[in-house]
Amino acid sequence: MASYERLGADAIAVKGRLRAHKWLLLRRLSQVGILVLFLLGPWAGLWIIKGNLSSSLLLDSVPMTEPLVFLQMLAAGFVTPATTAITGVLIVAGFYLLVGGRAYCSWVCPVNMITDAANWLRQKLGIKPTTRFSHHVRYWMLAMVVLVALASGSMAYELINPVSLIHRGVIFGVGMTWAVILGVFLFDLFVTRRGWCSHVCPMGAAYGLIGKFSLLRVRADRREVCNDCMECFVVCPEPQVIQPALKGAERGIGPVIVAGECTNCGRCIDICSKDVFNFGTRFFK
Amino acid sequence: MTDAVRSENRPEKRKRAISRRRFMADVARTACGVGLLGLGIGMFSRAGALPAMSIRPPGALPEEDFLSACTRCGLCVRDCPYDVLQLGGLGEQVPIGTPYFVAREKACVMCEDIPCVPVCPTGALDHDLTDINKARMGLAVVVDQETCIAFLGLRCEVCFNVCPVRGEAITVDRRPNPRSDRHALFIPVVHSDACTGCGLCEQACILEKSAIKVLPTHLAKGELGSHYRLGWDEKAKAGKSLVSPDLEHRYNLPEGMRYDHDGEGLMQEEPSPFEDDPLDTLNRGLDGGT
Repeated sequence: MASYERLGADAIAVKGRLRAHKWLLLRRLSQVGILVLFLLGPWAGLWIIKGNLSSSLLLDSVPMTEPLVFLQMLAAGFVTPATTAITGVLIVAGFYLLVGGRAYCSWVCPVNMITDAANWLRQKLGIKPTTRFSHHVRYWMLAMVVLVALASGSMAYELINPVSLIHRGVIFGVGMTWAVILGVFLFDLFVTRRGWCSHVCPMGAAYGLIGKFSLLRVRADRREVCNDCMECFVVCPEPQVIQPALKGAERGIGPVIVAGECTNCGRCIDICSKDVFNFGTRFFK
Repeated sequence: MTDAVRSENRPEKRKRAISRRRFMADVARTACGVGLLGLGIGMFSRAGALPAMSIRPPGALPEEDFLSACTRCGLCVRDCPYDVLQLGGLGEQVPIGTPYFVAREKACVMCEDIPCVPVCPTGALDHDLTDINKARMGLAVVVDQETCIAFLGLRCEVCFNVCPVRGEAITVDRRPNPRSDRHALFIPVVHSDACTGCGLCEQACILEKSAIKVLPTHLAKGELGSHYRLGWDEKAKAGKSLVSPDLEHRYNLPEGMRYDHDGEGLMQEEPSPFEDDPLDTLNRGLDGGT
């Protein structure tokens, strides 16, 4: 495995620093941009988008509602929501069916910046993962979230959901948000590598289920030129999704990364000096 | 599942048994951990009730339904033109992210177009509410008659005068002041059929701590037993008295006295107070009246 000091050195040498970080920079731009759009309202009185990631209103006309929140609402027993929420959840689900379910995680969700920062620091400090648990915990979490809503008759998980707590906290200036941010950061720093986003988060699990059917995918179209440097596995938040697409040629698998857990973050595209990966659709190049 | 695929790749039976054992152990571990977390969240969600001084926006569904319907997006907060509404924060008693206001700090202004309601994406604030006077956010109650200065005999009536449903939700009742024996008390009385629970009275109360407070309706209201019938209502409904014959009450007065119901009170009857036959007096009332 490549040492962290020279991780990405080949890609930078071949493609230049900018192109070797293209998708990462675009992703940060998207994450920060969306946060800024939400903040322009309360800070500058420019109401392009109102609300928060749980439910929002774009340009006073396009409603959006978070699918897992909507699911919890139904499970909690409120089965007659206004049409706004139904339209909103269809718009959001439809959008992510196009661009990749977990594109939410890597391009929109504010927690991703926190966990990426924790991961970066963990690598710098050489902290080895101490606790290991399955990538499937998130699906158990998803089931638990729905069951708890069903049993308690309220959106109980929203009381501790760090994604909505952090986003709402930043947008609405609610106190104590820093504690949640710190909690997620420390969890990812010390407990497990990519702990929250790739193991636990039930919201990511829900978007992963959408992602199983989504159109835009990362493809290893030039997998025959792969030189086995393994850097894509090192940078990928969900390394288990790469293997079948990249190495499945003999078994007739791939070259599309079909796993819903892929976040379409594009880091593998950036880091590959041989340009093995590219964005494409599930069906065509 | 992936486990089946994995064991196909490793055909030896022993390895398959071990991997199955590990799989079961992993599943049990995950299920227990996540289950415990779920139990905690569930109990946490049931533990906190909405504090009595936190009032939901107009049109809010009953609290149980509200908590299942509100996505905690804050759109109602954004569309409140007077910045009355706020969102429950971490460590506050109000469920995190749900909208409320505290009447004493800033009461609902009762906008005619109720902008906070239609913007609610789910209908946790009921879109059927189009007349703000029909909102029932809570009920104002004169909770402290020891400090309300109206009860002390002073003229105040501030709550009566700021009330947006003036003269209907709060009226001022005049009562004799027993302390002076010649002055009146001007007592504020809240009527639940008109009070919207906006809280302007609580905000305006001139005391250090308000003597009139908006409470959640379920705390503020009593409830009659379902078998109660109010005689005057029943009489009005039937158009006549249901106790027949409806006799005027007669007092057992001293001989030769009568009671004048038109204000004169006790009267001496002019003719001789004595019956001719004393037995008539003793038998009075036995045969259905004189």
